[in-house]
This record gives sequence, C-alpha cells and structure tokens, in this order.
Amino acid sequence: MTYSFNIPPSKDKLRQMRKFVTEVLQKHRVSELEINMMVLAVDEVCANIIIHGHPGDDSEYVKINIDIKKNGVSFEIIDKGDAFDILKYNEPVLADLVKNKQKGGMGIMLVKKIMDQIDFKSTRNQNTLKLFKQVDVQS
Amino acid sequence: MIEINVSTENNYLLIHVEGEADASSSIHLDNVIKESVEEGHKNILIDCTNLNYISSAGLGVFMSHLGEIEEKEINFIIFGLSEKVLNVFNILGLDQLLTIKKSKEDAIVAIS
Repeated sequence: MTYSFNIPPSKDKLRQMRKFVTEVLQKHRVSELEINMMVLAVDEVCANIIIHGHPGDDSEYVKINIDIKKNGVSFEIIDKGDAFDILKYNEPVLADLVKNKQKGGMGIMLVKKIMDQIDFKSTRNQNTLKLFKQVDVQS
Repeated sequence: MIEINVSTENNYLLIHVEGEADASSSIHLDNVIKESVEEGHKNILIDCTNLNYISSAGLGVFMSHLGEIEEKEINFIIFGLSEKVLNVFNILGLDQLLTIKKSKEDAIVAIS
C-alpha cells in the first residue's frame, strides 16, 4: 500500500505533513511511540529541505511517498531544491553544540538514529531520499 | 503551533509550554527562555505537560542555553514530558545533559 503527499516548501506546512504521516501510520496499526519517531525523522528531513534546499523559492513542492511493507515502513522524500546528502554530513558532537550555543545539527542525528536504512540519490532534476524503518505494521 | 505562558510562583519562574515545538514554532520558546535566563531568575521550571511534539529545533532551544544556565548556576528543570516526547530527548541522550523530572512536585523538591 502506498500513499503520497505534497507539501509546499514552507515551515508552517510541516504540521500538515506530520498529520498526514501520523494518520497513515495509525491506519496500519503502528504503535504511537514508533509513529512519533518516524514522523520526527520525516519532519527533520523536510525541515532541512525547506530551510536549506529552497532558499526563497516556494514554487516547488516536496513530495512524500509512504510505502507500507511487510516488515516496516519505507519513505521517499523527493524535492527539486539544492542537493543535500545527509549521509555525507558529519554530525557535530553534543558537547560542541552546547559550547557554541548552536541550535542546529541534531536533526540529522535523529534521522540516523531512528531509521534503519537511508539512501540518497541526486540527479539533475531532483533529489530522492529513501528512509526505511523496520517495525510491526499491519498491511 | 505553540503557546507559552510565563508566571511566577513562590521562588521559581514557571514556563508552561503547550502544543508543538518544531522548526516553525520553536523560535517563540527560544525567545521566552532567553529572556528568562537574562532576567536573572535562579529557578526556572518548564512545564511540558501539554507539549505534544518536539523536533530537533525544540531540543536545540534547550541545548543552546545550557552553557549559560550552568555559568549562572540556574536551576533549570523540565517536567511533565509525555512518553513519546521524553523518548525524543532519550534518542540523543539529552536526558543525561538536561535536568528532567516527572512531575511538578518532583521539580519543586529538586530546587528546594
């Protein structure tokens, strides 16, 4: 079973996207704790794309595909902004964040901790980030 | 969407946070905490009983003031986190860096 959702690249639309992902996962009987973690990971990725990948450009949607598999949930996040490969990103150390009074940097750490598999592909036209989490799910 | 209410009770400042602390709304939480720390309060309690969601932007707010909180020897205590919100703190081990209590009563005991 697959689901699709487009969000305009605006931070105040993240809420709508979270609602959509939550409702899909609830339908497939994923536990509340797992839902929150997956919603968080997708939220972090989308926030990154909106803040860093689309500076001042609100014409292109960010597309989210959710695929319910037998053993878990697979997400595809597609955008046409500047490419940002989270796999190549070196996460900061928590102590440095505190020392530098830095607010950013923890989003990608969360995505990597939460998800079991992350794949990134960038072509000339679009970027595709695939996330998979193994979880009890009803198909 | 986030709603923040600040009140003074006995010997502490109580900041009540309601709704969702995400990439869009966390700036409001940041402003309130920044102000409270700058005003020189020695005991600051953050009531998260009605906080339904937190993303890294919200976590970042707490982490970014940690240095100043320690420098000024402020008792900065977060309480009332739901299981799923606490879980987000735990994923990165932030529960080891911040002072988190179960209830308001536990938070008050910690500052007295």
